Amino acid sequence: MQIVDRRLNPKSKSLGNRQRFLRRAKAEIREAVKDAIKSRKVSEADGGEKVTIRSKNLREPSFGLGRGVGNRDFVLPGNEQYRVGDAIPKPPGGGGGGGKGREGSPDGEGQDEFSFVLSRDEFLDLFFDDLKLPNLVKIKLKDLKVSKPARAGFSADGSPSRLNHVRTMRNSLGRRIALRRPSEAEIKDLEDQLAAAVAETPRSETRIAELTSALEHKRRMRKTIAFIDPLDLRYNRFERVPKPTTQAVMFCLMDASASMTESLKDLAKRFFMLLHLFLTRHYREVHIVFIRHTSTAAVVDEETFFRGTETGGTVISSALEEMMKVVRQSYSPADWNIYAAQASDGDNFHDDMPRCMELLTKEILPICQYFAYIETAHGERYADTLETQVWSGYSELEEANAANFAMRRVTSPEDIFPVFRDLFSANGMAA
Amino acid sequence: MSIQAATPSPPPSPKLPRRKAPLKPLFDGAEWDFKLINKVYDTMGEIALGEMGLDIYPNQIEVITAEQMLDAYSSIGMPLMYRHWSFGKRFAYDEAAYRKGQRSLAFEIVINSNPCINYIMEENSMTMQALVVAHAAYGHNHFFKNNNQFQQHTQADHIIDYLAFAKTFVADCEDRFGQEAVELTLDAAHALMNQGVSRNLKLRPRDPAKREFQREMARREHEERTYDVLNRTLPEINRGEPVAASALTQANSSAAEQRRLGLPEENILYFLEKNAPKLADWQRELLRIVRNLSQYFYPQRQTKLMNEGCATFVHYEIMNKLYERGQLTDGTMLEFLHSHSSVIFQPAFNDRRYSGMNPYALGFAMMRDIQRICVAPTDEDRAWFPEFAGNDDAYGTLREAWANYRDESFVLQYLSPQVMRDFHLFALKDEAKDPAVRITAIHDEQGYRDVRRRLSRSYDVAAQDPDLQVTDADLSGSRRLVVTHTVRNGITLDKTECERTMQYLARLWGYRVRLIEVDCDTGRVLKEHEVLPMP
Repeated sequence: MQIVDRRLNPKSKSLGNRQRFLRRAKAEIREAVKDAIKSRKVSEADGGEKVTIRSKNLREPSFGLGRGVGNRDFVLPGNEQYRVGDAIPKPPGGGGGGGKGREGSPDGEGQDEFSFVLSRDEFLDLFFDDLKLPNLVKIKLKDLKVSKPARAGFSADGSPSRLNHVRTMRNSLGRRIALRRPSEAEIKDLEDQLAAAVAETPRSETRIAELTSALEHKRRMRKTIAFIDPLDLRYNRFERVPKPTTQAVMFCLMDASASMTESLKDLAKRFFMLLHLFLTRHYREVHIVFIRHTSTAAVVDEETFFRGTETGGTVISSALEEMMKVVRQSYSPADWNIYAAQASDGDNFHDDMPRCMELLTKEILPICQYFAYIETAHGERYADTLETQVWSGYSELEEANAANFAMRRVTSPEDIFPVFRDLFSANGMAA
Repeated sequence: MSIQAATPSPPPSPKLPRRKAPLKPLFDGAEWDFKLINKVYDTMGEIALGEMGLDIYPNQIEVITAEQMLDAYSSIGMPLMYRHWSFGKRFAYDEAAYRKGQRSLAFEIVINSNPCINYIMEENSMTMQALVVAHAAYGHNHFFKNNNQFQQHTQADHIIDYLAFAKTFVADCEDRFGQEAVELTLDAAHALMNQGVSRNLKLRPRDPAKREFQREMARREHEERTYDVLNRTLPEINRGEPVAASALTQANSSAAEQRRLGLPEENILYFLEKNAPKLADWQRELLRIVRNLSQYFYPQRQTKLMNEGCATFVHYEIMNKLYERGQLTDGTMLEFLHSHSSVIFQPAFNDRRYSGMNPYALGFAMMRDIQRICVAPTDEDRAWFPEFAGNDDAYGTLREAWANYRDESFVLQYLSPQVMRDFHLFALKDEAKDPAVRITAIHDEQGYRDVRRRLSRSYDVAAQDPDLQVTDADLSGSRRLVVTHTVRNGITLDKTECERTMQYLARLWGYRVRLIEVDCDTGRVLKEHEVLPMP
């Protein structure tokens, strides 16, 4: 008999099968992920997801006997009361009668509907796929830990390129002294003495013998005690330490007037989600503040933010003011990195624009790490060259504050990422 | 007329047998290591091979983690398997069920191979390791090696090599023709897997898997070596196509062709592999792989009850003998009895937990009963089983049963009135037209034989699968394939599943396929289905 330990064999032998399976059901899974995004909170973009799909592609049919037709015999255990000739009425609709186990295969294989859990990576892959993120960014976002190497003392082993010469030589010297390794000079001195002794006229054989053995001893010592022993070697040691991260607050501003339809809000939500993902990669703590506005603004919870609609005009400056109020109250720019993301359909009261511009240039942009504005629009709106109020107003800002201001028009999910591209290159956050 | 007490007795609390020797335990506590498993294995060998006279393949015990166990589940328990999405689906399903705690994992998986591979889980306590070693490495192993179904249908020496070949071959095909193309063929082949078994085996020459792989490689190499661009200008000759219909044999061709094709043929996959006009060589090889796997698993489907019964009986005997010899502590024995009794638990039909006959329960009960009949028969037993009642050679009698029977015949031959009473078995008749299910027999004098016969029928795999045969294939004309379903007891095929599967069948055949359902008694055509392959 032979026992083999297979526990250390490569894991997930069936990964290939899983990939084939996901590919097979991709369309359905993508739909399921879309639904999942709708029901998720902005801060929960991370993490796996249980999806239930109903896929034609996952059927495994085989020839089987029909239910509820023909005549069958079967034997059951556990008879308590029946005698020959007794009749058990069949349940309406079911064919099996007394045989409960006959209904439905026990493992549910026969069913079309199928639910399983997507891992965090698989979920993000599909989420990113929709947003058309570049690959490098995808990897950066999925990488959980941000760390960099830092010196952390010395170690007794390492790669040759990390050898610390000073330390190594110091150890070597100490060891040589402690073990009394003879120096070149000592040996030379003895040799001279020996030569002198040999040359002396009344040759003292005992002295010659003494010197010879001493010399031999020293030479042997020198040979056995290495100049540099593996024991002496010291290497510089590096440890990966988490990159210093701090806290950030993310303001989500959105127009809540009725002109923002459900699909426009959905777009905006993806935008907020992605920003949140970026921020959680770089800050230990990320707070989110949702501010929605019509002609007045209010801080609301996420549910109300995305779901509720209100009637009223559109005054963007009200939201900006509200944001500054919150900043002053709880997020001092000295302690917090402030990010703001605004989504709107581009409508604003004409009179309000100057006020907005003033607020942005004087107060908000100076304290913001980044201010992103997306204008969600239906496809057809794109076609006409008519610029919206907000767009034309903000265009000036973009020129003046290229470093921390970005704006984009978004009609479909894949337009979202370019908004962030500037953020990456400008702040070097991706690097 | 006598009916046994209607109230089921409460599950008996485990009662320890009597020790016959002073306590010198092999182990104590849950910890295990490789040396200990080895020692226990060897000690068990004395009992299993010595006293019980079992005959086994050499064992290879492999320790795996829970995750690897899930992996093994998804690839139908085989250590190697080609890649296919359906295994990924099964894995996702099993994993979800496992994570939710709906299902616990098996303690072991054992493979009918030589050497016999046993997977055991690292989480098992030492008691469980001992239990699974006795169960799988001795019980199942003996059954695999000696049962005639396995001897006839499977080649334990070659299965691992063959799977390795299948895996490389499928991967290779994926590289050459693309995953989608391979999937199209494999999906279709899987759909017909149950129709890929030859029940009446003509003895085939043994053909080691390695040679098969080499043959395939040589064939391809030869093709590549002799490839000549000029040959492309020659008209192509399709293999498998009949010699051009030169009209002279037209008249008597159909009968001759039927003969040539070996019709009727029950093994649809085999028939397609040999005769489907449009398949490429690699596709035929894929069908062959699926068909061989199906054939390999066929005996396991036929002997589920016996196989598990045998293994359960063997582990029960070994553990008890060890205990009697003072080699197991009381704690170990109680832990063993606890899991043993949950394995052989049979809920009644009206219990929420009921999901069919538990093969462990019935198999074990029948074998214990045979043991009892051999050693201490009653008058009833002498009347029912004159051949072996009181022969005092329980192990010999059981070994013979294990070697020569399958579930159907085993039940028919050995199910005793005692076991029927213990299980409170009763037979029912379910007719589609009747609004009620009727009881036809119960466990009483008049009913024993009837119950036994009906139960035995329900273990007949051939009767459980629809009886499908290729009955006609017109290779020269319309190229229509005809499959006949012989309908027994008026049970026709499930319509939606049937049509979906036929779509796959048509894909492999390449032309129109018709399926006729004919009543076996009257010969009347009950239903007809027809599909064309999707373009």
